Amino acid sequence: MNVPGTPKPRVAVHKFSSCDGCQLAFLNLGEELLRLAERVDLVHFAEAGPLDPDTDADIAFVEGSMSTPEDLERIRRIREHSRMLVAIGACATAGGIQALRNDADAAGWAAAIYSHPEAIASLAHSTPIASHVKVDFELWGCPVSGRQILAVVNALLLGVGPRDNGDKVCTECKRNGYPCVMVSRGIACMGPVTRAGCGALCPGLGRDCYGCYGPVENANTDALAAQFALQGLDPQAVVRRFRSINSQAPVFLAAANKAGRRRDG
Amino acid sequence: MGEQRRSVAIHVPVLARVEGEGALDLRIDDGAITELRLRIFEPPRFFEKFLEGRHYTEIPDMVARICGICPVAYQVTAAQALETLFDVELSPWTRAMRRVFYCGEWIQSHSLHIHLLAAPDFFGCGNAIDLARIAPDEVRRGLRIQALGNELMDLFGARSVHPVGVRIGGFHAAPPLARVRELREKLRAALPDAEALVRWTAGIALPQDDQAFVSVATRHPQDYAIEHGDIAASDGLLISPSAFGDHFAERQAPFSTALFSSYHGQPYLVGPLARLNLSHDRLPPGIQALLAETGLALPSRNLFHSLVARAVEIRLALHDALRLLDDYRVPESPWVPVVPRAGVAIGCTEAPRGLLWQRYEMDSEGCVVSARIVPPTSQNQARIEEDLRLSLLEFGLDRPDDALRLHCEKVIRNYDPCISCATHFLRLNVERP
Ligand code: SF4
Ligand code: SF4
Ligand code: SF4
Repeated sequence: MNVPGTPKPRVAVHKFSSCDGCQLAFLNLGEELLRLAERVDLVHFAEAGPLDPDTDADIAFVEGSMSTPEDLERIRRIREHSRMLVAIGACATAGGIQALRNDADAAGWAAAIYSHPEAIASLAHSTPIASHVKVDFELWGCPVSGRQILAVVNALLLGVGPRDNGDKVCTECKRNGYPCVMVSRGIACMGPVTRAGCGALCPGLGRDCYGCYGPVENANTDALAAQFALQGLDPQAVVRRFRSINSQAPVFLAAANKAGRRRDG
Repeated sequence: MGEQRRSVAIHVPVLARVEGEGALDLRIDDGAITELRLRIFEPPRFFEKFLEGRHYTEIPDMVARICGICPVAYQVTAAQALETLFDVELSPWTRAMRRVFYCGEWIQSHSLHIHLLAAPDFFGCGNAIDLARIAPDEVRRGLRIQALGNELMDLFGARSVHPVGVRIGGFHAAPPLARVRELREKLRAALPDAEALVRWTAGIALPQDDQAFVSVATRHPQDYAIEHGDIAASDGLLISPSAFGDHFAERQAPFSTALFSSYHGQPYLVGPLARLNLSHDRLPPGIQALLAETGLALPSRNLFHSLVARAVEIRLALHDALRLLDDYRVPESPWVPVVPRAGVAIGCTEAPRGLLWQRYEMDSEGCVVSARIVPPTSQNQARIEEDLRLSLLEFGLDRPDDALRLHCEKVIRNYDPCISCATHFLRLNVERP
């Protein structure tokens, strides 16, 4: 808790290329948002009102991926002004769904698509924050939840390092007592290679996990790809499983490329 | 005025309290506007391009990511398009629950906009946290209503941002009766809150304005159109969504990554006020009476009434969600099987910010050949600029810079522009050799 008299911690929320869904974790906090605003100083949060992008912050939450030349300049400034930089969501941690363009001839796309391509200052690749500046903590998920955000704020306010979730979605499934959709219904589920944190929402509705929380550490993608093939997925469908919301997370990228080679060879 | 002539250039580098990133450039020379442009500099995310080759089962989860504030609109519109092409006979349960799910998003998005984004303007506050100091009960009530909208989305989708419940043919799972009962009680308890919200917004001293514009929205024979309907315009047009391209066109502005839409060559309005102007006769009698009590005359030509329109639509969405959940039963199956077929799929619904139109060309395997998505904000873009010109003249160009800037921002926020989704349909600019 705050010692009375000490200044409140300064919190900033920045946005890059994204859908705004991760910032909503703040705006959907309800009454908790008003309480949070009492405990910290929200110094920059364009969508909520406060505008002061170059101000010093104790914690900077960054949503979105790097996708224009200006982004690279802006993230450097944010890094300089922030004590802790927390990347939130798949866009900021893996380039997001828009990184699907990385596999394509993106420069060709832009030139072919726009009648005024000069107005579209778009980099060929959509990349995560950590490719460009030091990131102190990454929160995975598309979107991250309010619970994840509050846990980070609380940990940092207490002066302890936030903790990461090292489990896979299957662990949450078992904890919640959900029947396994892969075993019981032969559905191709990404849960075995996906980081826990959502509470196994998709298997809870009797459907496949599609990996929106990104790869878990030590994910055995080979075994899962083999399992998908046994279930009758063709190589193209296996590629699509790994090439989705977190396509540029290195483990998923490698798995997609491997399955793609099987398709081509 | 003659002696006060001057040159001013106002540049608002980041617009606060809008979704996504945009900027405004305004130049006034000798008492006349010489430059006015709303720039959108969200980098394009190429959705239409990378949907190509994806399987139809993946589309709802992918298009949701266009916008975190209205993912349901993108999901339900895509499902409607594909189900129509695949000739799927949806169960009455699915039809009803799709609307309830969509009502949740209207409630959430509208309440967020009214309280966190728009209302601070009318109380001289910079943001909702300041507003909460002078109007604590109203802001708390707004946050409660927003949370209830999120709960409705959560009921079918397990979470409210990028919910995971929609599948082509229905929903993945049906919520259990006990949960529906519990939520029904909360919805009922929120009705007085929503009525008070309508009265509160109608009592705010909103700026006066009077502009001529065409309203465009979907219209349904019985319902206040949300998840289904034909496309109507206030000049009498009534067409099926498949004829959209015959009347509406887009062009890219050189300085923007967004497209400007036009209707027969003119700007037009989509969104809550356009819907209320066109379909207030479809509101249930009780809500029509409430509306009459506020004294709001329809059709309205004052965009600031969008605030009241959002409140009325929250009241409607609560009403319809309650009505449709009233005799809720868990169905035998929440979805029907689907067989894909090749062809063109077209879907059209009312996202919280207005008409959303989607078109997919599908192959016989059920994969996307090409996609085109026309979100509401791009449709409003030309109207916003037209409105800015007119309302600045009305407001007075000789006002101080700060006042001009603030007024511009207020005008823009009426449209609740969602700039994140305004950017992805640049595909329409394809210049084919
Ligand atoms: S990670 Fe997902 S929810 Fe978050 S901003 Fe990116 S697309 Fe939106
Ligand atoms: S349903 Fe998916 S996440 Fe759950 S246990 Fe089975 S494979 Fe793992
Ligand atoms: S189950 Fe998988 S896809 Fe579903 S919300 Fe969780 S991580 Fe995301």
